[in-house]
Amino acid sequence: METILQAVDLCKVYGNGTAANKFVNLTVRRGEILGLVGENGAGKSTLMKVVYGEEAPSSGSLLLDGKPVRFGSSRDAIAAGIGMVHQHFMLVPSLTLAENLVLGREPRKKSGMYDLDRAVRIAEELSAKYNLRIIPWARVVDVSVSMRQKLEILKTLYRGARILILDEPTSVLTPQETDELFAELKALRDKGQTIIFISHKLGEVFQLCDRVTVMRDGAVIGTHDIGDVDRQTISNEMVGREVRLTLDKTPAAPGATALEVRDLSFVDDFGITMVDRVSFSLRKGEVLGVVGVDGNGQSELVRILTGHARTLTGSVRKGEEDLTNAPPRRIRKAGVAHVAEDRMTVGAALPASIADNLLADRYSEPAFTGGGGFLRRSAIQAEAKGIVERFDIRCSSPNQSVASLSGGNMQKVVIGREFTAAADVLVVSQPTRGVDIGAIEFIHRTILSMRDEGKAILLVSSDLGEVLSLSDSLIVMHAGRIVAWFPEASAVTDKELGLYMLGLKTQDEKEIRKVLHA
Amino acid sequence: MRDGTERRKSPGRLGLFFTNRDALEPALVTLFAAVFSLLAGVGLIFLVSKEPAQSARNFLLGPFLRTYNIYYMMIAMVPLTFTGLALCIIYQSKHMSLIVDSSFYIGAVTATAVGIHAALPAGWHPAAAMLAAGTVGGFIGLLPAILKIRWRANELVSSLMLNYVFYFIGSFIILYFLRDRNQTILSSLPFRKTFLLPRLVPNTQLHAGFLVAAVFVVLVSVFLYRTKWGYEIRMIGANQKFAAYAGLSVPTVILYSHFVSGFLGGVGGAIEMAGLYKAFIWQMNPSYAWDGVIVAMLARKNPKFVPLSAFFLAYMRVGADFMSRRGDVAFEFITLLQGLIILILASDKIVNYFKARRLQRTALARTAEARAAGAGGAE
Repeated sequence: METILQAVDLCKVYGNGTAANKFVNLTVRRGEILGLVGENGAGKSTLMKVVYGEEAPSSGSLLLDGKPVRFGSSRDAIAAGIGMVHQHFMLVPSLTLAENLVLGREPRKKSGMYDLDRAVRIAEELSAKYNLRIIPWARVVDVSVSMRQKLEILKTLYRGARILILDEPTSVLTPQETDELFAELKALRDKGQTIIFISHKLGEVFQLCDRVTVMRDGAVIGTHDIGDVDRQTISNEMVGREVRLTLDKTPAAPGATALEVRDLSFVDDFGITMVDRVSFSLRKGEVLGVVGVDGNGQSELVRILTGHARTLTGSVRKGEEDLTNAPPRRIRKAGVAHVAEDRMTVGAALPASIADNLLADRYSEPAFTGGGGFLRRSAIQAEAKGIVERFDIRCSSPNQSVASLSGGNMQKVVIGREFTAAADVLVVSQPTRGVDIGAIEFIHRTILSMRDEGKAILLVSSDLGEVLSLSDSLIVMHAGRIVAWFPEASAVTDKELGLYMLGLKTQDEKEIRKVLHA
Repeated sequence: MRDGTERRKSPGRLGLFFTNRDALEPALVTLFAAVFSLLAGVGLIFLVSKEPAQSARNFLLGPFLRTYNIYYMMIAMVPLTFTGLALCIIYQSKHMSLIVDSSFYIGAVTATAVGIHAALPAGWHPAAAMLAAGTVGGFIGLLPAILKIRWRANELVSSLMLNYVFYFIGSFIILYFLRDRNQTILSSLPFRKTFLLPRLVPNTQLHAGFLVAAVFVVLVSVFLYRTKWGYEIRMIGANQKFAAYAGLSVPTVILYSHFVSGFLGGVGGAIEMAGLYKAFIWQMNPSYAWDGVIVAMLARKNPKFVPLSAFFLAYMRVGADFMSRRGDVAFEFITLLQGLIILILASDKIVNYFKARRLQRTALARTAEARAAGAGGAE
């Protein structure tokens, strides 16, 4: 097969000195699905941004059909036939799918007026031609995530894309929707389309791709035909060492109820009910996983529990203490620690030092102030050093700014603080998002050891594999409600969960109420 | 390399003062801004003056050519230090309030009332005036903070507006309650003798307020970097969302940081009165807050550098004053230079230019090195 796109010795260094791509050589063949895999931060997204014209390479060159190209912006790349579907969709929610499809290239009547009817017709034709089913006249806000994704793909095709780049397209999809997407992508390939599929999920790559290119640390480590390679090889290439793909986990020994959550409701600024009468009890010594497609109320639930949003109804109680709508300070004092889902904007103060970050929830304790207002530097340094060592935060000194750390080490700062807090309830949200595999393994083991110490852990993560392997029991959320409770997380399959996550199946009230352990 | 990427070179000899290059480089840029503005000043003099060499000499060296000019600089440093410190605190919390202008002015008015009416022994009298002025200044400082917390009003805008309000309130108080009606010019009643600060050097105006300012530099440094309140202020400045998440009461921190800032302004106003005047005779608001902005920016929000930057500003002022009285260049030309300094320091891109360039270079070099070593750039 002939080569359609080639990157030669491509380097990309960002203004902050991060070398995101180091002499990358990549070959894409016409009419293939190429998997681009690597840990978060391996440089996949940067490479694709360069290919898509969003970033200019620092050195090296890009060949399209054997000819060197230089894109000033993504506009140039689109004109050259390259299309990209971002992880976060770029759609106008209030417009119809057809309008979004033709946005920027609107069909016009002879009078020069916008021809809405033809836009709808174009949408229908494209939809039929590529077998990507959408409802052209529906508004984007009203359709499912998977339809929005199809629309994004159609958008690139409408603009004449010959090479389609998909950035982690399955992260927002249920297993069923993923299967559907893969079938559609294969059909596209059979029609001659070239597809670059970015992922860090190996299973998907083996299911879908013809070839796979592995990146690590900004460089291409290897490229294989999918038939000639096994998962372990790819996994080793991604990580650079052997990893255990399974966790050793002892059975849980759940104790008394630590956190009693009853009838919480939350309505967002748009009047949409994001949390709808959610009740459960979190027990000591168990990891209770919360599963659901992103945006089904998990984040809002966590925000209510940790004092960052107000519930309209119901209550949160920890033993004798009523924590309903209490401010974060009181919730923390009551012994509830919280790993925030977004470490960049909430979980850490990037310009501040590691020590300042680690002490943020306890600086006013007598151990660090001697009871007065003056901070005891030696005690603070000792505490910070202790956490840095225990959580293996790679830094030259605790006085270094958090901003200078890698994603994984930043997250260890957050985890280190929250897991050493004087708390017996841990609300853990997206603990390994954007973290390298070494750190993931460490964080997972730490969560389990916390559980074994008898702490009650609520785990929310959009990484299904993570929730399934860590949790002892599971609740599934759909449209703000708990639709299922599974006392044994290990006994549940992906497929079964998918049905609940999509809202296709709901357990009956009685079953769900068992999560109250009353 | 996993380790190496996050390790930095050990600090060199400059490490005594700057813990790493991240602090050193902006300091160099600050120095550049200062030197550049002086050079621009000289250039300007050559453009407009008939005897440029003489004027330039007076501007650059004048402050050191006469002993009294050195005292002038020290005197001028005092109010600059107080407003500079006040703004360091505000800027550390990532707020923009300029209400310290009012705090300073009303502080002076408050001190005037105490200086005229209170019967206290020497030493205690100015101290009581400072305390009173600081307290009033602190409460004035709270206003933009309250507006911000309660109604999310931008504190920069509301403080600028309130500055007018307080200027007229201050004038009103002087005119109607404290004015000396036997004087033809606008003046308050004379201060009591006990209110005046002692002179440090006989026959100069250099007063004990200079020492008080020095003490406050130390106090504010300790407050910001060694107390839990200073920690809280720095944390809401580093990331307010994070501060709330970690359990800080953000509104409380905003309130007391503004109070402390206003307090410093008030004390500064009182010292100005007790140190330099025999009665309140300001016809206009001297607006030291704007100078404080430059001082705080030159000090990079760090109180320990405030004396240095206050000295620099005082040096420019005295030099310009000296020059303008002996030549044909107007004093006001330094406002241009001050504008230049602000322009340079307010640009993140300029301040971080060296850092970005260094990082980019080393990263590319390291990448090429790794590749040359034959490891394909991986390890």
